[in-house]
Amino acid sequence: MSHENMNLTLKVWRQKNTQTSGKFVTYKAEGISPDMSFLEMLDVVNESLIKKQEDPIHFDHDCREGICGSCSLYINGRPHGPKRAITTCQLHMRSFNDGETVTIEPWRSTAFPVIKDLATDRSAFDRIQQAGGFISVNTGGVPDANSTPIPKVVADEAFNSATCIGCGACVAACKNASAMLFTSAKITQLGLLPQGQPERWSRVQAMVRQMDEEGFGNCTNTGACEAECPKEITLMNISRMNNDFFSAKLFREEHTHDHSGNG
Amino acid sequence: MSEFKQTFNSSLGKKLIMALTGLFLCTFLIVHVGGNLLLFKHDDGFAFNSYANFLTHFPPIEVIAYLLYFFIILHSVYALVLTIKNRRARPVGYAVTTKSPTSWSSKNMGLLGSILLLFIVIHMGDFWFTYKYKDILPFKEYRTNLATNQTTASEYKPEVPTFERSISTENNVEIVRVKDLHSRIQWSFSHLWYVVFYVIAMVAVSFHLLHGFQSAFKTLGWVHKKYDGIVSFIGTWLFAVIIPLLFALMPIIYYFQSLNK
Ligand code: SF4
Ligand code: FES
Repeated sequence: MSHENMNLTLKVWRQKNTQTSGKFVTYKAEGISPDMSFLEMLDVVNESLIKKQEDPIHFDHDCREGICGSCSLYINGRPHGPKRAITTCQLHMRSFNDGETVTIEPWRSTAFPVIKDLATDRSAFDRIQQAGGFISVNTGGVPDANSTPIPKVVADEAFNSATCIGCGACVAACKNASAMLFTSAKITQLGLLPQGQPERWSRVQAMVRQMDEEGFGNCTNTGACEAECPKEITLMNISRMNNDFFSAKLFREEHTHDHSGNG
Repeated sequence: MSEFKQTFNSSLGKKLIMALTGLFLCTFLIVHVGGNLLLFKHDDGFAFNSYANFLTHFPPIEVIAYLLYFFIILHSVYALVLTIKNRRARPVGYAVTTKSPTSWSSKNMGLLGSILLLFIVIHMGDFWFTYKYKDILPFKEYRTNLATNQTTASEYKPEVPTFERSISTENNVEIVRVKDLHSRIQWSFSHLWYVVFYVIAMVAVSFHLLHGFQSAFKTLGWVHKKYDGIVSFIGTWLFAVIIPLLFALMPIIYYFQSLNK
């Protein structure tokens, strides 16, 4: 690992908009510090493009500290690049070698159409969330903070699921472009807790239905999602979702099936 | 759409069908390999032929057999439907193929399954169809001396073309006359290419079940730390090692026996 600045060749997917088809364009990234993040490296390249009056490379980013889930990028065959359990904004250039060619692609999925270059429209996730990823809380007196006991193991599991940042790396990594890891994490984080019980059976049905409508693929338990998830969400969530879904569909009262919003 | 239809049209409903039919086929393999162990007996096919005769003439087994064919078709059709949907979910592929750490078998279930489907068609055509619907199989007569329990085998030419089987006892000798599927097996497995094809198919069974058995449990949501170890142990050792190995040994041993004749 060198501390010298490095030069890289980038093969970047450029696409004008959703309607047009894109192509790869090769750029030089020169004088890159190994301490830069991957996004900072792209900033450097973009500045040089702007100076040359060329269109800068579009990519999503926001927090740049691994918590918002905006940054994406499929780097050399892996979402969020070669390292485990981090987002692209947390990826440093020291993970690459001087002179290396780096191929950068957008998430590829019918449900995530490319907006421009590397930026994709991930609002399908928002719609899945809106379909049932909430709990109803009545107004009234403020309840006592610890009035509902929750076993620590259960709380831990729910919080683990709740760390999903909705980045979509699971979809990007999956050979079937399935969104089941994301959807199941969002279902599990509520389904495990007492506050999530009233809507538990309708939630799972509504969210799975929305997921299907968005055109995601079907899980084959290959586990690429789990391996690439920056928050290490596990396949266990998918099993929990399946269990709740089958239970809701096959063994629950009919009327519990249609009280979440649009039925 | 009715509730039921809706369930099985959803992504998870289709996966449920894959898992349940898959597990049913897994259980069938245990029975199938168990019965076929009779092929390892050195008795001129007496036990095996009697067993084959029993299977084809016992009504409950007939029913289960048709259920089995139906499940094979269902499993294949749903696999095809799901694969087509999955392709549609990513119309533009990646330029750099995935480097995510995943098992080879889980990524090649379609390929492995296609090999298996081809195998099943040929396998059934060769033994099951020949046994039931073609009149080309010879008959064998087994005479067991009930006092000494010794069995001798000989060819048997039925007097009427519709002859199926017969069991009778004469002077303390039990005479069993049945279709000789065993000879058909000996003949089939004396061809090297056929043996190779069977062995390849069993390798496919091994890899298909290495992923499939455990995957079915995940799909059903039957996952718990307490049982994961057992499920993966059974999925690996029983379904991906022992069963395919026993099946593969049958053509291999019969091939070598044919060389010694
Ligand atoms: S499950 Fe993981 S990979 Fe998928 S959206 Fe959530 S954080 Fe991203
Ligand atoms: S920019 Fe927010 S997670 Fe990377």
